[in-house]
Amino acid sequence: MKPRLFVILQKEFVHILRDPRSLVIVFIWPILMIFMYGYAITFDIKEIRLGLLDQDGSPASRAFVRDLTSSGYFQISRELSDRNGIDHGMLERAFIAALIIPEDFGRRLKTESMIPIQLLVDGSNANTATVAINYLRSFCAQRTLDLNAETRRMPVSVEPRVWYNPDLKSSHFIVPGLVAVVMMMICALLTSVTLVKERETGTLEQILVSPIRPFEMVAGKLAPYILLALVDSAVVIVFSMLVFHVPFRGSAPFLLLASLAYVYCALSIGVFISSRARTQQVAMMAAMITTFLPSFLLSGFIFPIASLPVVLQAVTYLVPARYFLIIIRHVMLKGVGLASLIAPLLFLVAFGTVVMASSVRRFKINLED
Amino acid sequence: MTSSYSVEVADLTRRFGQFTAVDSISFQVCDGEIFGFLGANGAGKTTTIKMLCGLLLPTSGRGSVEGFDITSQSDEIKRHIGYMSQKFSLYDDLTVHENLEFYGGIYGLSGNAFRRALEKAAVFTGLKTHYERMTRDIPLGWKQRLALTSSLLHQPKVLFLDEPTGGVDPISRREFWKLIYELAETGTTVFVTTHYMDEAEYCNRLSIMHEGKIVAVGSPQELKKRFGKRTIEDVFVDLIREKIREQA
Repeated sequence: MKPRLFVILQKEFVHILRDPRSLVIVFIWPILMIFMYGYAITFDIKEIRLGLLDQDGSPASRAFVRDLTSSGYFQISRELSDRNGIDHGMLERAFIAALIIPEDFGRRLKTESMIPIQLLVDGSNANTATVAINYLRSFCAQRTLDLNAETRRMPVSVEPRVWYNPDLKSSHFIVPGLVAVVMMMICALLTSVTLVKERETGTLEQILVSPIRPFEMVAGKLAPYILLALVDSAVVIVFSMLVFHVPFRGSAPFLLLASLAYVYCALSIGVFISSRARTQQVAMMAAMITTFLPSFLLSGFIFPIASLPVVLQAVTYLVPARYFLIIIRHVMLKGVGLASLIAPLLFLVAFGTVVMASSVRRFKINLED
Repeated sequence: MTSSYSVEVADLTRRFGQFTAVDSISFQVCDGEIFGFLGANGAGKTTTIKMLCGLLLPTSGRGSVEGFDITSQSDEIKRHIGYMSQKFSLYDDLTVHENLEFYGGIYGLSGNAFRRALEKAAVFTGLKTHYERMTRDIPLGWKQRLALTSSLLHQPKVLFLDEPTGGVDPISRREFWKLIYELAETGTTVFVTTHYMDEAEYCNRLSIMHEGKIVAVGSPQELKKRFGKRTIEDVFVDLIREKIREQA
């Protein structure tokens, strides 16, 4: 006799394989994301379009501009003849910043200790604006040093060296986050929808009049998604290692262990939602809001937690992805093991247990009405 | 509670908050009997069936199915009953055969045991020609047969049918009732709820429910004689009118 848990499990696999929507979410979406973040979206900005108003026109000002553009971070998209062109150019998005070199730039360079040059920046994209300002600042600092190598010294200078991700490649940092989001999607979103579907179509009732135990039912429904989440994560990781050379420095078995704890959290949320939602649409929306969006926005996946408003920072403590991200980034990029990651791991286990306990009880009650 | 009846219920009550869905009902059903529950929507028929099937606990009162107590022995009951709801709880994305395999599987039927059980149940319902079709593509009348076959695979002693003919055309309904008669002849007790008057006439015995209470029980002939009517429909309409007058 086939164990009843296995009967449920087998059926669930058939559902998954026959539903194109879940296949897209499970297999195509993560790969698409890797490519998007690996190739299309980088957080370093190059060739910032600059409007140039060179009021000086001396050899010194021309040399300054030449060196600025040869760095690759800036390109001159329009040469302006007066200040009136700046507003116009920004409005039609010909450039996002305008550099104004004052009239006697070349002359003052020889005599004065400080010559202000003006940068007008389009703040409608705050991110790009900040980057442009910082680039120009560091360029000028370097320039100052070069020009006055003998006469002037810069007492303190930073010599940065980046560890664990020396080129600051965004793919190294995005891929672990992607694993966290993918697992959350599969284990919370798909499971809550599939559980609610059984109730909505009345098949749950039909199953519950059989001698099957609620545990066999729930475990049989969830097991395929655990497997799917782990396989999918492995695909994402291996794929990113091969295509983007993301390193994997830590222990795979430890990451598997941590993934199981995280999956447990995600499943508990899935069961929690399904114990309350009446329809698949409600379950889907609830899962999006409570799992997908926080995993994306409040976990440190893309936006640093430290730059969030204080209230939202407090909320991130309740987002499992935050903890899993710490674990997976440390394991993959730094090669750290259990000893220094015990705290986030314990949080995941505790979170999952609390949510699971409350929802299983609720699930039983709910079968009654 | 030991009982020689297939289903026996005494003072069974179920409340949802302030609302009393089933109000202290008592009745007995014999082995091999087709016992009908007739009543309007919301009369408490489905709630009663759910309590008998172990899907819902009674607020008070007692009940037994095949000698097992409905509050404490629902696991034993579940082994001996079949249940088919008005929703025809099937998986649209599985084929007919896969649905059967699944429902057999959750009763522990697989391999040869499943094939034998299916042979028996499907010959009876004539489902065989549709095995490989996707369930979402078959007509409603066939879905009904599939749901019935699924609930018969484990050869239940009592079959609970909750409005089993909802939305099905008259010919399929008649065919379906032929099957129910054949089933009862083999000794299976059939407990059926309906709000179709013609179906009520098919039952061996009938209980009429109104707002959670049983207002009359008897064979269709007895009931018609007692109330001096030609059809069950007239009996029903009269009874309910009277009840509503009493309340007013």
